[in-house]
Amino acid sequence: MQDFLEFRSIFKGYPGVQALSDVSFAVRKGAVHGLMGENGAGKSTLIRVLSGDQSADEGDIRIDGEVQRYRSVRDAFHAGVIVIHQELQLVPELTVAENLWLGHFPGKGGVIDRRKLIGVVSQKLAEIGIDVDPTAKVASLSIGERQMVEIAKAVMLEARVIALDEPTSSLSSRESEILFALIDRLRANGTVILYVSHRLDEIFRLCDSLTVLRDGKLAAHHPEISKVTRDQIISEMVGREIANIWGWRGRSFGAERLRVESIAGPKLKVPLSFSVRRGEIVGFFGLIGAGRSEMARLVYGADARSQGTVSVDGATVPADSPPKSIRAGIVLCPEDRKFDGIVQGRSIEENMTISARRHFSRLGIINPKRESELADKFIAKLRVRTPSRRQDVVNLSGGNQQKVILGRWLSEEGIKVLIVDEPTRGIDVGAKSEIYEILYGLAEQGMAIVVISSELPEVMGIADRIIVMCEGRLAADMPRAEFDERRILAAALPDIKNSKDLALTQVQ
Amino acid sequence: MTHLKRILLGEQGLVVIFAVAFVIVSLTVPNFLSERNMLGLLQSVVTIGIIACTMMFCLASRDFDLSVGSTVAFSGMVAVMASNATGSILLGLLAAVLCGGFVGTVNGVVIARFRINALITTLATMQIVRGFALIASDGRAVGINDPSFYQLALSRFLGIPTPIWVMGLFFIVFGFVLNRTVFGKNTLAIGGNPEASRLAGVDVARMRIWIFALQGIVCAVAGVLLASRITSGQPNAATGLELSVISACVLGGVSLAGGRAAMTGVIVGVLIMGIAENVMNLLNIQAFYQYVVRGLILLLAVLLDNLRSAAGRQRV
Repeated sequence: MQDFLEFRSIFKGYPGVQALSDVSFAVRKGAVHGLMGENGAGKSTLIRVLSGDQSADEGDIRIDGEVQRYRSVRDAFHAGVIVIHQELQLVPELTVAENLWLGHFPGKGGVIDRRKLIGVVSQKLAEIGIDVDPTAKVASLSIGERQMVEIAKAVMLEARVIALDEPTSSLSSRESEILFALIDRLRANGTVILYVSHRLDEIFRLCDSLTVLRDGKLAAHHPEISKVTRDQIISEMVGREIANIWGWRGRSFGAERLRVESIAGPKLKVPLSFSVRRGEIVGFFGLIGAGRSEMARLVYGADARSQGTVSVDGATVPADSPPKSIRAGIVLCPEDRKFDGIVQGRSIEENMTISARRHFSRLGIINPKRESELADKFIAKLRVRTPSRRQDVVNLSGGNQQKVILGRWLSEEGIKVLIVDEPTRGIDVGAKSEIYEILYGLAEQGMAIVVISSELPEVMGIADRIIVMCEGRLAADMPRAEFDERRILAAALPDIKNSKDLALTQVQ
Repeated sequence: MTHLKRILLGEQGLVVIFAVAFVIVSLTVPNFLSERNMLGLLQSVVTIGIIACTMMFCLASRDFDLSVGSTVAFSGMVAVMASNATGSILLGLLAAVLCGGFVGTVNGVVIARFRINALITTLATMQIVRGFALIASDGRAVGINDPSFYQLALSRFLGIPTPIWVMGLFFIVFGFVLNRTVFGKNTLAIGGNPEASRLAGVDVARMRIWIFALQGIVCAVAGVLLASRITSGQPNAATGLELSVISACVLGGVSLAGGRAAMTGVIVGVLIMGIAENVMNLLNIQAFYQYVVRGLILLLAVLLDNLRSAAGRQRV
């Protein structure tokens, strides 16, 4: 089949960075095309250029042989190009049908034709096999369902090219499978899908062809994905072989450090208890919605607890207040970096020292020299890639933002318990290894570490012990020697009936 | 052209525009640059300038305060009445500062602890406090008994009236507080992302209460100086002040979405407001037109700001 979507020597530069240089590749009609690369490799920029959000400095995009000269997202829409971002663009208070029609409601003289509004949508949803009630408010849907709605919207707008940016990053494996089935159907209809992901399993499961970007340049283009191997792709991405990205190494544990006793809160009804020893990394695994983040927020005091106690080294930590938790030595790197982690519009330095700056202030006046020294120290130590500590934190890639948040806590004094929620979500392979290395280093210094992750290989790769959560309860607790993929998954699944086939897809 | 654009949309764009406008006005408007006029101009922006210092913090932390005009009138009234009653100006000042601080604290507690929208809360307190000022004085101006009260506004140091010194001092102090203290940095962090700041250990509710309390105290200082200048406590003083102060801040590049503020910008914003009014007075332009011009300046400033942040985003 002929090439349908074509990038021809695309160049795009920002002050100080050449984000894309001479990127050319083509995608066949009806193909799912993978786009991979480390953070900062140029994937996001390429997607932005494709979406019309930004225009290329040089080069052009052709769709079905036709050169596209669009200058805005709207123009791209009309050309049939729709990008679905990690942050979904739906109005939560409107229904599914209303969201799908938003911008061009059917009806006459401003009065909406409700029958058509819902009728067309239910038909469309049925056609592409999405099982969502068109009259349900989007706010009541799960993230997975919202993503389906987003894709349905693209189909309704007769998209010829749909780009998905890390679509599974917040989906459970079951939701991901539903998404993959949907992508298969779109492929059969001849839609071109550009699929950006860090997950190799998904790339192999879904894609027909693959492009790897590195440092804004084309690192490799594979017209047939069956002819490449995982190791090959990884080495193309990073330019070096990573034999074992987990790099786990044995450690001896000390006395009990964190003790959580029957805590509960509004979102976690069943009381939870567990403990973590000095130097131990405990992985919390579970499906999305199993209550892991809620548990973390209760332990940290970010949400009010209705009962239970948390103690560090035997001393009880006052509930409900992050500042008091920090003073007691418990810190949290939240799940949602963008909304709960970084302070947008402020510098790396300010983001790093937001908590610690009180230590080098006299009468509330910050010592700027010590502040910048501290920021520079952790920028170097955590290898945050930035020209300057004064850089706005939004300009950093996800991995580097995560390092800034880690730096925020490492620059605090006397941290004993570190809780990291989805530490490597949306982060490339190279930066992941670096973050794991940081965690091992901290554990070796005696910190008790709780890692929450939705990626089973990751939890199994880095944890010394895994606690599985399921529907707000602790479902299993096993040391590294007993790690078993099937057992962990079975414990995480709320419904035994479905466990067999899901476990199989995970194992493959 | 692109060079010009870069200057105008850069960090110091507003300062450049201000400087150019100042030079043009100095050359074209007679008597503008005279010492007398300059001092008069600065005198006229003292109230706005002083309050803009704390309004900057309020806006930078994503809050809003409409009650400042009423608080100025009320605390000025309290200062006059208390000093008349006790015979001590110092006690009058103390009473005013306490009242201002109290109004601010109430605003802060309602907004931060009971989580009521700042716009609504201060819209309510704006009316309540104005009511207090009217009730206390029975709707009439209250004259100052002790002539040395006038000296607060009339006295000069090195030939410059005291209120201008106070305003200058506030500019320096709050500029320092914003950039160099934990309080200032936390204010900007809260405005940038309140939830992230809370999870990073900033006591957001307490910070917001402090910001409003400080705002109230600063209003009281401005109220005392104003009462001294107009030689009485006027229950209807400073109506519409809140909008002028917010305008000055926005002119100065303070983002209503929070997280962005600079003292130099606010100073320039205050001066632009003052110069526009002053020049129109010198040129004998009818007061009615001044509203239109003030509104236009504000709109232009906001448009400029919008272009600037769009240019900033391009760089991301």
